[in-house]
Amino acid sequence: MSRSFTPKVITANRLREGDVVYLTADDRWSPFHHEAELIEDEAHGQLRLLHAAAQKLLVVGAYLADAKAGPNGPEPTHFREAFRTRGPSNYHHGKQADYAS
Amino acid sequence: MYSYSDFDEGFVRARVAQFTQQVERRLDGSLSEDEFRPLRLMNGLYLQLHAYMLRVAIPYGTLSPHQMRQLAYIADTWDKGYGHFTTRQNIQFNWPKLPDVPAILSALADVEMHAIQTSGNTVRNVTADHFAGAAADEIEDPRPYAELLRQWSTDHPEFQFLPRKFKIAITGAPHDRAVTRAHDIGLRMVRNAAGEPGFEVLVGGGLGRTPMIGHVVRDFLPVPDLLPYVEAVLSVYNTLGRRDNKYKARIKITLHETGKEEVTRMVEERFAELRPLFGGADQALLADIRAAFAPPAFRNAPTDGFDAFYKADPVFRAWADTSLAAHRNDQYAIVTISVKAHGDTPGDATSDQMRVMADLAERYGHSDLRISHEQNVILPHVHKSDLPAVHAALVQAGLGTANVGLISDIIACPGMDYCALATARSIPVAQEIALRFKELDLEHEVGPMKIKISGCINACGHHHVGHIGILGLDRAGVENYQITLGGDGSETAAIGEKMGPGFAYDQVVPAIERLVRAYLAHRLEPGETFLLAVRRLGLDPFKAALYGTEGTQDAA
Repeated sequence: MSRSFTPKVITANRLREGDVVYLTADDRWSPFHHEAELIEDEAHGQLRLLHAAAQKLLVVGAYLADAKAGPNGPEPTHFREAFRTRGPSNYHHGKQADYAS
Repeated sequence: MYSYSDFDEGFVRARVAQFTQQVERRLDGSLSEDEFRPLRLMNGLYLQLHAYMLRVAIPYGTLSPHQMRQLAYIADTWDKGYGHFTTRQNIQFNWPKLPDVPAILSALADVEMHAIQTSGNTVRNVTADHFAGAAADEIEDPRPYAELLRQWSTDHPEFQFLPRKFKIAITGAPHDRAVTRAHDIGLRMVRNAAGEPGFEVLVGGGLGRTPMIGHVVRDFLPVPDLLPYVEAVLSVYNTLGRRDNKYKARIKITLHETGKEEVTRMVEERFAELRPLFGGADQALLADIRAAFAPPAFRNAPTDGFDAFYKADPVFRAWADTSLAAHRNDQYAIVTISVKAHGDTPGDATSDQMRVMADLAERYGHSDLRISHEQNVILPHVHKSDLPAVHAALVQAGLGTANVGLISDIIACPGMDYCALATARSIPVAQEIALRFKELDLEHEVGPMKIKISGCINACGHHHVGHIGILGLDRAGVENYQITLGGDGSETAAIGEKMGPGFAYDQVVPAIERLVRAYLAHRLEPGETFLLAVRRLGLDPFKAALYGTEGTQDAA
């Protein structure tokens, strides 16, 4: 395992709805970042990305995004990815509304 | 207004049918995303941060009430009850689902609208002065020419795979409200010595990462030469334009690298070949199009009611002073409806607001609506006696804000709240600036001011031509905002100059406030606008206000 590898999650948008989703360790696409598989090995990341990209009936534009471990699961490290977990800041739309508890 | 011919109708319906099948093939897996992507982009469908986004063209910014109501219906049926008017006179729906897009396109076709060529390396929606056909200072209504260009460029086989996108803007008035100098081709109507109308042709303007003001390649182009000349420009660009580097592919770079003289020579040479091939069919078509843009039957009625109301009601007066522009008929006014209520998202209208505007256009506005590149909606023909009623209805719908042309009338791109290309947010910055200046109750005191905000270097928010421009960037994983000063999108167009180091997200509003206070302290008199003051004073007093005197050296 490369010492300089920044941990990653795999994220994409659902083909039909466009919603942001994350690949879990048990091969589901979850709407929640904290349910994503935190990938800490570069080679494993590439294999998982191939697996994700092959699911062309489910998702679009899968990519590896930087992340870090958190108490409830992986957390985004960049503000762009943080926005993707919630939705826009001008309206209560997107995930912040769809999955409000 | 222009109505689709059978040909237009057939073409748009055929495209909807084609795209419907393409979506089906994508959903059943017969098309991969790589195959589907260019097809959806040809039909204005993007995949953004949180969802798909459909960009619908509003040709030269002109809408009928019927069309506006259909946009409201689309927003309610397939989106989240609102639409976003853009700086290119388009409307964007931020939440469509892929399987619904064919139905949306079909609903658009029902009202003679579409999303064709709102993306891709083609000639995009031709934009025009939003006061066209109404402005007091106009030589001629430019929209018949815009419509001619639209018909000519739509699905033009030679220009579907240009080196890069291509934007044309046209104005019929000397006061440039269409930012023609920042377009790939800008067309400004002028008169020659004999008094005949024609076009001054500018080429190679553009914003984005390499902002440039267009160059005049023809001082006077006679009206019948319009299509062959524009085709010659496109043809030269199609040949010379760089396809090796998308950042150097726009015609502004072609012109910059090849030289204005050489490009002009090549255009004229190509024009000489093309001109004889245009046998007059285009002029016959133009004559038909012109008839569709005949001015409405203006009412002749007293306007004393307006004058009395103006004297008596200060709220109405404040609105009238900012929202009305001179109409060619002095009993009439052009109404700009502010879609910029303080704290709201610039350019977003709810479906209810769309219906109110459609109703007002029908009842008081000769059934004409316009979308401005400044993300407001225009009622171009309102009799002055109807203005109090129009104002009252607008206020009820949250559309009566008296801030057109003032500091809270901000252009903002969607930024990182929606856009996949964005490097920072724009919308909340605009919201907070507007709220702050409302709180200070300073905006009428400050006077004419254009703040323009882009959330990335592509400059959809036109920040380069803002009196104050704000560009959101990602600096080492943090939002950072660069400020430019002295930009101007009018006939005295200029690219704003960069100030020093950028500001963190929560420091932008205080920075803007310091700039504005510096202006108020330095202006000669209230008639000296912010832009004039910047031109007279230079950047130093403003840099001092932003950074303190030590920080004036440019570190950007």
